[in-house]
Amino acid sequence: MTFYVVRRILQSVVVVLVVVVVVFALTRFLPGGPARAIMGPRATKIQVQNFEKTYGLDQPIPVQFVDYLAGLGRADLGSSYKRNQTVTKLIGEYLPVTLVLMGISTALAVVIAIPIGMLQAWRRNTAVDHGFTGILFVFYSMPVFWLGLILITVFSSNLGWLPSGGPQGGLRTYGSQLSTLILPVTTLALVTIALFSRYLRSAMIESLVQDYVRTARAKGASMRRVMFRHVLPNSLLSAITLLGLSIPYIFSGALIVEELFNYPGMGLLFWNAAESRDYPVVIGVALIVALATVVGNLLADLAYAIADPRIRYIGR
Amino acid sequence: MRRLFRHQVGGRIGLVAVGIMIAFSFLGPLLYHTDQIHTAIQSATLPPSPRHLLGTDEVGYDVLGRLMVGGQTSLEVGIAAALIATTFGMLWGAIAGFAGGLLDAAMMRVVDGLVAIPALFLLVVLGTIITPTVPILILVVAAISWLVPARLIRAETLSLRTREFVEAVRVMGGGDARIVLRHILPNVVGTVVVNATFQVADAILAVAALSFLGLGVPPPAANWGSMLSSGVDFTYAGYWWLIYPAGVAIVITVVAFNLVGDALRESLDVRLRI
Repeated sequence: MTFYVVRRILQSVVVVLVVVVVVFALTRFLPGGPARAIMGPRATKIQVQNFEKTYGLDQPIPVQFVDYLAGLGRADLGSSYKRNQTVTKLIGEYLPVTLVLMGISTALAVVIAIPIGMLQAWRRNTAVDHGFTGILFVFYSMPVFWLGLILITVFSSNLGWLPSGGPQGGLRTYGSQLSTLILPVTTLALVTIALFSRYLRSAMIESLVQDYVRTARAKGASMRRVMFRHVLPNSLLSAITLLGLSIPYIFSGALIVEELFNYPGMGLLFWNAAESRDYPVVIGVALIVALATVVGNLLADLAYAIADPRIRYIGR
Repeated sequence: MRRLFRHQVGGRIGLVAVGIMIAFSFLGPLLYHTDQIHTAIQSATLPPSPRHLLGTDEVGYDVLGRLMVGGQTSLEVGIAAALIATTFGMLWGAIAGFAGGLLDAAMMRVVDGLVAIPALFLLVVLGTIITPTVPILILVVAAISWLVPARLIRAETLSLRTREFVEAVRVMGGGDARIVLRHILPNVVGTVVVNATFQVADAILAVAALSFLGLGVPPPAANWGSMLSSGVDFTYAGYWWLIYPAGVAIVITVVAFNLVGDALRESLDVRLRI
C-alpha cells in the first residue's frame, strides 16, 4: 500500500510540473511578448522596457521560469499586471466564492443522481429508465450557457421569480441573498446530474449482474434489500472516483455559469484576466484549478484503493 | 451499417438526425435563399413571418438561413476537430503503450498534465492568444480533445502488445512500426470510431462555449454558438427566435452524435452485451 501511495503522489507532482510548464509556455511565447500584448502597439520602447523590468520579463525565459518555480515554493504566484494585488491574494478572495457554487451544485447533483441511477438500473429497459435516459441525455447535450439562458428567460424575465444575476458583495452577505444563488446553482447542478447519472446507471447495472447479487437473491433477499444493501454501497465506490474525475468538468461549467450570471468567482476572475492579458493571474488560476484536479484524482484513487484492496496490486 | 444498428432504435434515430442536420446545413441554402453577407439594420429583430420563417436577428440576417450557414461551420469544425484529435490521440497512445518504460511514462504524464487543466480554461488561454478563423478553431479544439483517445488507445495497446499475434509478427521479422501500424491500430479501430463520434458532439459544444465567451469566428461567419450568444443580450426583450432555434439545433446534433456513439459502443464492445 505504501508503495502504491508513494508512486501515485510522485506521479501527481510530475503532473503538476507539466501543468506549470504548459501554462507558463503558453503565456510567454506570445507574439510580441506580454508587455506588447498588454500595453498595445502604441506604447513607446521605454514604456515596454520599464514594464518588462518591473515584472522580470527582461530575463531569459529559462531564468523567468526558475524564478517562477522558486516563487511557487514560497506560495508566491507573482503580482497581477492590472490590479495592484498579489495573485495569491486575489485567488484567496475568489476561490471560496467558486467553491460555494461548486460545492452546493455538486452535493445536490450527487444526492439526486444516485437515486436516479438506482431507479434506472433497477427498472432498466422500461419506460421509466428510457424516460430518465432521454431527459438526462438532453441536459448532457446542452450548452451550459443555453440552459442557464433558458432558466433566466423563464424564471427571471417571464415569471419574475428570481434575479438573473449572481450574488454581489462579500461571502458573508450570501446568506441574505440566497435567491441570487438559486439559478446559478441549478444550472450547474443540472448539467452535473446529467454527467453523473450516465455513469452511475451503468455502474449499477454492472453491479447488478455480479455473483453476490445472484447469491443474495438466491438466499431470498428482496430486490429492495439487494439494491440498498449490496448494489448501492458498491456503486458508491464508482461515485467517489467519478467525483474525483469530474472536477475539471465542473470547473469548466462553473466558468460558464459565472460568466453568464456575473457570479464573482474564480471563473470570472480567470476570464477577465485572460481578456485583459493579465497573465500572472491566468497562470495562477489555471495552476490552482489543475492542482485541485490532480489532488481530487489522487484522493479518489487512494479512497478506491482503501475500499478495494485489489487495486493496490494491479497498480504495481 | 444497417446490420450494426439492427437492435438499436436510438442509434438509428441518431443516424437519421445526423443526416437531417447535415442536409439542412449544406443543402438547405440551395432551397431557401437568404443574404448572409450583408447586414440589413432596417429589418432587424423582426418576428417570424412568411417572409422570414424564423424572423431576423439583431443585424437583420434571416435566422433560418443563418442556422444553415452556422450549421455548416459547427459541423465542419466539430467533425474536422474530432478527426484530427482522434488520429493524433490514437498515434500518441499506441506509441506510448507499445514503447512502454520511460517514454511511455513521459508521454502519459504530458497527457495527465493537460487533462488536469479544465478544457475550457485551456481554450480561453489559446483563444485570447490567437485570433480565431475556422482552421484555427479546428486546431484549437483538436488540441484539447486528443487526450481521451490517447489514454484509451494506450490502455488497449498495453494489452494487445503481449498477444501471440504480435509475437508472431516479431518472429517473422516485422519491425516496431509495422506492428503498431498494421497490427495494433487495426485492432483498436472499434474504440477509435466510438470515441470519434463522441468527440464530434463534444467539439460542437466546445465551439459553442468558446463563442459564448466571445472567442468564436468573427462575423459575417456564423456558428450556432455565436448565434446563441448574441441571443443572450435579448433575454428581456422577448425575442425567443434569437434564443431557441440555435440551441435546439445544437442539442439535436449533439444528442444525435451521442446516440450514434452509444449504439456503436454497444455493437462493437462485446463486454457490454450481458
